[in-house]
Amino acid sequence: MKKAVMPLIMVVLLAFVPYVAVQFAGLGFLFGVIIPYVAIVVFIGGFIYRVVDWARSPVPFRIPTTCGQEKSLDWIKPNRLESPSNFWEATGRVLSEVLFFRSLFRNTKAELHNGPKLAYGSSKWLWLAGLAFHWSMLVVVLRHYRFFIAKVPGFVQLLEDVDGFLDITLPALYVTDVILLAAVTFLVIRRFQDVKVRLISLPADYFPLFMILAIALVGVLMRYIVKVDVMSVKDLMVNLVHFNLALPEGIGALFYVHLFLVCVLAMYFPFSKLMHMGGIFMSPTRNLANNSREKRHVNPWNPDSKFRTYAEYEDEFREKMKKANLPVEKK
Amino acid sequence: MPKFAPKQSELKKEFEEKPSLLKGDYPDKELFDTPVEFRDGNWCYPAKPEIVEDIGFANPRKWSPTDEDWKLPDGWEKTIKDGMKDRLERFRSFKLFLDICVRCGACADKCHFFLGTGDPKNMPVARAELIRSVYRNDFPLAEKILKGFSGARKLTPEVIKEWHMYFHQCTECRRCSVFCPFGIDTAEITMMGRELLHLIGVNNNWILEPVSNCNRTGNHLGIEPHTFVQNIESLAEDIEDLTGVTVNPTFNRKGAEILFITPSGDVFAEPGVYTMMGYMMLFEHIGLDYTISTYASEGGNFGFFTSNEMAKKLNAKMYHEAERLGVKWLLGGECGHMWRVVHQYMDTMNGPADFLEQPVSPLTGTTFTNAASTKMVHIVEFTADLIRHGKLKLDPKRNDHLRTTFHDSCNIARGMGMLEEPRYVLNNVCNTFHEMPENTIREQTFCCGSGSGINTEEYMDIRLRGGFPRANAVRHVKEKHDVDSLVTICAIDRATLPALMNYWNPGVSVYGLHELVGNALVMEGENKRTEDMREDPMAGFQDEVEDED
Ligand code: HEM
Ligand code: SF4
Ligand code: SF4
Repeated sequence: MKKAVMPLIMVVLLAFVPYVAVQFAGLGFLFGVIIPYVAIVVFIGGFIYRVVDWARSPVPFRIPTTCGQEKSLDWIKPNRLESPSNFWEATGRVLSEVLFFRSLFRNTKAELHNGPKLAYGSSKWLWLAGLAFHWSMLVVVLRHYRFFIAKVPGFVQLLEDVDGFLDITLPALYVTDVILLAAVTFLVIRRFQDVKVRLISLPADYFPLFMILAIALVGVLMRYIVKVDVMSVKDLMVNLVHFNLALPEGIGALFYVHLFLVCVLAMYFPFSKLMHMGGIFMSPTRNLANNSREKRHVNPWNPDSKFRTYAEYEDEFREKMKKANLPVEKK
Repeated sequence: MPKFAPKQSELKKEFEEKPSLLKGDYPDKELFDTPVEFRDGNWCYPAKPEIVEDIGFANPRKWSPTDEDWKLPDGWEKTIKDGMKDRLERFRSFKLFLDICVRCGACADKCHFFLGTGDPKNMPVARAELIRSVYRNDFPLAEKILKGFSGARKLTPEVIKEWHMYFHQCTECRRCSVFCPFGIDTAEITMMGRELLHLIGVNNNWILEPVSNCNRTGNHLGIEPHTFVQNIESLAEDIEDLTGVTVNPTFNRKGAEILFITPSGDVFAEPGVYTMMGYMMLFEHIGLDYTISTYASEGGNFGFFTSNEMAKKLNAKMYHEAERLGVKWLLGGECGHMWRVVHQYMDTMNGPADFLEQPVSPLTGTTFTNAASTKMVHIVEFTADLIRHGKLKLDPKRNDHLRTTFHDSCNIARGMGMLEEPRYVLNNVCNTFHEMPENTIREQTFCCGSGSGINTEEYMDIRLRGGFPRANAVRHVKEKHDVDSLVTICAIDRATLPALMNYWNPGVSVYGLHELVGNALVMEGENKRTEDMREDPMAGFQDEVEDED
């Protein structure tokens, strides 16, 4: 529990800062214009820096984790996704991880019974919640595109229509909002419930979850309950996109809370585990073809090594070798 | 009962009664607050100073993990930190895996050491945190500002003790990597951890002595050429006694078509020797033009358990010898880590082997396109191809006295992907084969518990715990199908599983796949066979006529 308190307090404080600053100190320009710019620069710059930094370290050995039959004899059916034998199959493997969390789908839960006896049960909740969380977050983010561009593009409209098909509230309830909140809540609870995960969890693991939860909650609050002036919000965002530094009047302070938390998360992103988003594409156990006997993989720093040559070996053992009738190079 | 084995009743009691994370009990201490404790059975003897010196590793000295002071060299902190920095720059895997773990816990209960010990630090994610925590502290980003936020800690002698303990309670089996959504392979972290430990002389004699031997004599056991030859010849005599067929292995013969290399354990230790006999009978049966080298007389590579440079150095002999002898290609015996190295490292480290030819089976004409560059074929691929083309005369009834199951070795399954070939061969040489439960085979296979150079006697306590998930799966088929034979294609398995079976599943014996091939092989001019290679009676062959199919 202790480990969750510090991040919780941090998120609450972070939420209060813009509220107070805008409502009572009139710092709308700072929180509406300057910080968003800083955040976007840090996010993009940091993201690129991290990816380039990883890319600078070479991949000396070809180490895919093979999770299926390799391509070998032609009458044995290879598993093209789990033991890819070329670039395209390996790409398919990475995509299956990125889009469907394929490896997580394998998840099992081990149980120790009396006997002693181990049993492995299927355990797909993390996969389901993880997938629901990420996909709904993606849809939510894409839907936000409408705030950044004067004319709402067709795909965003479509997304909104489909997402809001339930049409049970005013404005229409987005299914993804519900899924996102439910999934994040599940992930938080899971961190407490599963003792193994609780033990390995760090404040740095709770922080992004709480941040996302807070951002989503404030968003939901603004949309369905404490309405903010959406047109002004859109004006502000379109302005920012066009480097027009004017701050529209009358946006509710709650919006600044939402925006500021997003900015903090964006700035935090490149320096945290959230970089798994970039890393998953670069993981050498997943993105390499299992063809290292077929094609030579080159290690750019392949060290020179002085091994014991046959000649040295024979020099030491020549007499014994001769006695054993072994052929020798030097008589 | 081996000296360092826990009493079975006590271990059972511990499994059943002691609270553990695995069973859902939260420990009273946080991860890094539990001190490490070295006691009988959970540490390997450190390397002898003369051996450390011989192979040019750091800090040769007399010491023991149970000592308070490990006599680390002056400035060891800097050595570790520089070593870490250097490896972060050379291995993307290391850097990436330290950076992107989200601590989702999917890997947590996948490690056989966690399942067998219940020790929180044996969760793969926790094992990685052992290094990650230091990495965060010394490559500071946010941690300096927010103490404790992302679990950073200082590098202290206690941390080194922890590394030593837990990087030897990881057999580099990669099972965790199968389940991690990002493919994070804790085996990579362990390899780096061990490389770092070697920089300051924290080591294990059971690994370094074979390395030194292998360097000098060509094989881990330190067998000199004449003894090596003698041993194989005595196996040839055993074959002759058993079958009446003379096999004539040749040694260091120039101009042979194929150089055959297998782990030296197959030549010297039971039950590996029966597998060796199986190979020789097979080669005789098909008239293979092959030779065995006394110089490149080791398929395995304990160097791989110390550092990539040492792995390269020991592995170099294979191509060096192949070139000297002028063979066309290489054939490799049954072994796990040997094949991890051959499949994923050899060509990169010591290739390109332009002086060899693309392997073609001289009997079936099959071109092994999957080995086009490395030019080394796995014996099981080779045999599967022979069987498929009807080149072997086999009588699977000759293995009717065995009820088998198959243990996928970690490296073959997860570092190579050879899953079907051994099953195909096994199904052709025996009639009763039962798979263990699906979460314990193929890519999800459990380690024998003693891989990566920890198969030493004084480590028995940990080995028996680490091997528990494997043993438990065997017990399942033993109870359900009366399985009594555990078939493997790995020399370390053959060396370690017998002890594991004796402890957990008495009555189950361990076999190499090619031992069963040898049993089933109907050779030209052979005597009537009534006994298998171990001189155990075959079932139903006392007055049976040869069966042709
Ligand atoms: C290519 C894009 C991404 C992929 C493939 C991906 C994949 C994953 C996977 C497989 C997990 C582990 C399972 C789980 O807990 O759901 C995970 C966890 C997580 N991801 Fe992502 N992710 C991506 C982008 C993002 C982004 C953009 C964010 C946030 C801004 C994010 C936030 C998180 C968080 C907070 C967790 C931890 C969940 C927990 O604590 O239980 N991810 N991600
Ligand atoms: S499964 Fe992968 S990401 Fe999840 S805790 Fe384990 S190593 Fe970290
Ligand atoms: S590689 Fe194997 S032994 Fe090592 S942490 Fe992963 S599962 Fe455990």
